[in-house]
Amino acid sequence: MAGATQRSEAATGLALVAPPLVYAVALLAVPMAVIVLFSFWTQDYLDLDTTLTLDNYREAWTDPIYRELMARSVYISGVVTLITVVLAFPVAYYISFHVAPERKALWIFLVTIPFWTSYLVRIFLWKVILGFNGVLNTSLIGIGLIDAPLTVILYNLNAVVIALAHAFAPFAILPIFVALERIDRSLLEAARDLGETARSAFVRVTLPLAMPGVVAASLIVFIPTIGDYITPRLVGGPGGLMIANMIQTQFLRLNNAPMGATLAVLAMLIVSGIALLFVLANRRFLKRRG
Amino acid sequence: MTPLISLAGVEKYYGDYHALRDLTLEIGAGEFFSLLGPSGCGKTTLLRTIAGFETPSSGSLRIDGRDMTGVPANRRPTNMVFQSYAIFPHLSVAENVGFGLRRAAGSRAEKMKKVEEALEMVGLSGFGKRAAHALSGGQRQRVALARALILKPKVLLLDEPMSALDKKLREQMQGELRRLQRQVGITFILVTHDQEEALIMSDRIAVMFDGRIAQLDTPQRLYRAPVNRQVAEFIGMMNFLPGELRREDGRFVASIRGLGTIPLPEEQVPTGAGPGPAQFGLRPESLSVVFGSEALPTGCFSDGTVAERAYYGDMTYYDIALSDGAAPITCSMRNLVSRPVLERGTKVRLAWEPGALCIFPG
Amino acid sequence: MRGLRIYTLLYLAFLYLPIVLLPIFAFNDSTVIAFPLAGFTTQWFTELADIPALHAAVLTSLKIALVTAAVSTLLGICAARAAARYRFPAKGGIMGLVMLPLVLPEIIVAVSLLVVFLQLGLQLSALTVILGHVLICTPFCIAILNGAFQSLDNALEEAAVDLGETGWGAFRLVILPLVMPGIVASMLIAFTISMDEFIIAFFLSGTEATLPVYLWGQLRFPQRLPAVMALGTILVAASVILLTIAELARRRGVRKRGDTDTGGFL
Repeated sequence: MAGATQRSEAATGLALVAPPLVYAVALLAVPMAVIVLFSFWTQDYLDLDTTLTLDNYREAWTDPIYRELMARSVYISGVVTLITVVLAFPVAYYISFHVAPERKALWIFLVTIPFWTSYLVRIFLWKVILGFNGVLNTSLIGIGLIDAPLTVILYNLNAVVIALAHAFAPFAILPIFVALERIDRSLLEAARDLGETARSAFVRVTLPLAMPGVVAASLIVFIPTIGDYITPRLVGGPGGLMIANMIQTQFLRLNNAPMGATLAVLAMLIVSGIALLFVLANRRFLKRRG
Repeated sequence: MTPLISLAGVEKYYGDYHALRDLTLEIGAGEFFSLLGPSGCGKTTLLRTIAGFETPSSGSLRIDGRDMTGVPANRRPTNMVFQSYAIFPHLSVAENVGFGLRRAAGSRAEKMKKVEEALEMVGLSGFGKRAAHALSGGQRQRVALARALILKPKVLLLDEPMSALDKKLREQMQGELRRLQRQVGITFILVTHDQEEALIMSDRIAVMFDGRIAQLDTPQRLYRAPVNRQVAEFIGMMNFLPGELRREDGRFVASIRGLGTIPLPEEQVPTGAGPGPAQFGLRPESLSVVFGSEALPTGCFSDGTVAERAYYGDMTYYDIALSDGAAPITCSMRNLVSRPVLERGTKVRLAWEPGALCIFPG
Repeated sequence: MRGLRIYTLLYLAFLYLPIVLLPIFAFNDSTVIAFPLAGFTTQWFTELADIPALHAAVLTSLKIALVTAAVSTLLGICAARAAARYRFPAKGGIMGLVMLPLVLPEIIVAVSLLVVFLQLGLQLSALTVILGHVLICTPFCIAILNGAFQSLDNALEEAAVDLGETGWGAFRLVILPLVMPGIVASMLIAFTISMDEFIIAFFLSGTEATLPVYLWGQLRFPQRLPAVMALGTILVAASVILLTIAELARRRGVRKRGDTDTGGFL
């Protein structure tokens, strides 16, 4: 039922939502617009040249450094997303289907705790774990599995992928868990009743119904990882740097804000484009719920 | 009857949706009044308009002689029992019941006494310290009643208060609510979609469809003489038989398919009805199935066969196929020890009361 | 089923691996962060007491986190209440914009704010960090408060008005007590995020380094690492304590409303 009248309900709602909206417009929408504007300007030593031009985009597109960083960022985010979601699904499934209802909140709490603890320190510890004299190498040598420390696990892509997959794990588990929780358990009984095995009921009923959660999990991992700065800097080495590191370099080291803005806009466009394609590809799973 | 509440030409729009259409209505002091209709008919909107939660798009509402335009819900002499009961989950039973007394005059002890009296009135003495969320459905309803009545409103508004209760409890609460209304003597306005509930409890009932009042009458009049087919279909069960209304020698005659032709007393024909095709309504209890050597009641007769039967314990409902192939007619019989429950295919005679015939012209 | 359980436990072990190692090295009597362990010491913790730059950073972070928690929770209350209770034009678009920082890479937020602040001639300071932190914390606050506001029956508020309260009285006596656990949880979460946030603070803090920015600077000096481990241990312990309080507050709220528990944050 509506409030007093439609008009006054809308007015009250808008008045109430105004503070957060004005805040988001002033500190999110306007700055983003400014970044887009900046990307069409150029840096002329210490001065900003405010003639509108596509030079930055041309440079970003042709310079192999930018292209490689961009491609690598997308590749790392993609791999991290795949690994994180695939590894997270069984955990979400276990908590949703095999944990007693009154203990589910506790399990979810356990899963989320590491996420809330100092990101910087956590990533740094991966450096400690994966390093030349790190926990992993010394342990493996200690139990005699290897003779010399492994070097393929620090200061490269693998280290970035491992650290990011760890950092974003709760982001993947939560949406999948929520989607699994929403599945009416009698649907599975109905599938079994109609002759499906446990495995085929999972494939034909559970998985399609969990897809909205999987899609959400993928997006919520993919989008922020592409802009991650700390992880590539700490464990990536020169070959593991990503686009965010270059954006930071452009802004704070090279003092070329327009180029940094261009890279930021490109990163956003690429992320949005991939996210959109991904959602479209999974449209049929998302539609059913209405 | 002195009108306590009067509505004149009340309209309510939600955008393009016309929720209340030109409602004009008077409700008396001390009356148990029901708003009955299917979901979406506007009955809840009307109740909330009286409470002050909805503002009419046009028209006027007066309560106890005072124009309610611009008077907010918290200043109206009405209190409400919500469909969900809206028991404040963070407060105790006593705090819930005494919620409205916060702004009232009087010492703490006086207020506590009032709360205890209100709890006693609804049969919850000694429940004051309980946590609200630990109550059963029936107890929640009692708390909601006590909380609304403690402010001594002129009108108590009840929005489908029984819909959350199971059948047994609902029947019990219907009796208690009626008793409570007689005890406090104020006007109760009940919104319900349950026609049986409305018939049991009310002094008068307004049947609503599509934002309009289709009929406003006492329960008996509503049941015996529904003004149109829609009302007749909504309240109780009724057979609708096609036929024709004729005038022969200055008198009305009904020619009903399957039941034959009978003269009608003038007062039974709705005013303004002329000769032409008509629907004739007969309630199942106005028909009797006569089998074998049973004594024949007075009335009209037709021959038929039991096409279907449904056994309800106290009653049996028969669908009787008439000999001329018209649609079967449903009739109900009380189950007596001396009366057999008839099998399908049994040849019977159908007796019916001409005086029970409802006529819907057109 | 059994395999799934073992897998889940292994996964949890993977999740907790860095956090478990942290105190081990923090109490290890060696300047090298590696196995084998050398012995027990609390030296690294006592050392923390003698670093003025660290203390300044802690104070800055606390100041920023407290203001961020209060402001973003206030904004969150407005948005969550509007979303739960009212229909208004462009609702989806408005809520989408407000929630956007949740999925936006933080580097984008950081550089766009940096550009605007520099153009406006705003001095980079704790204030500019707060402006950024409120932006990214508000969506989390809304997500938590939404749960609290959405589970409220509209009739509760109407019942209060029906019983003679004004709109404000109904909000104060009925709505506020019922969503209070959500507000507490929201403030604790915003506080935790702000204390922990690095990128935005890195770009916007100017000379007023926050704790993560200070930590970042220390990571370059190997001899400082044991102290970093000690500091990290304290931070993790503090986060876990705060989160446990937030979770308990949330559960209490669920119980108070007589609802069934449907899960944790977000």
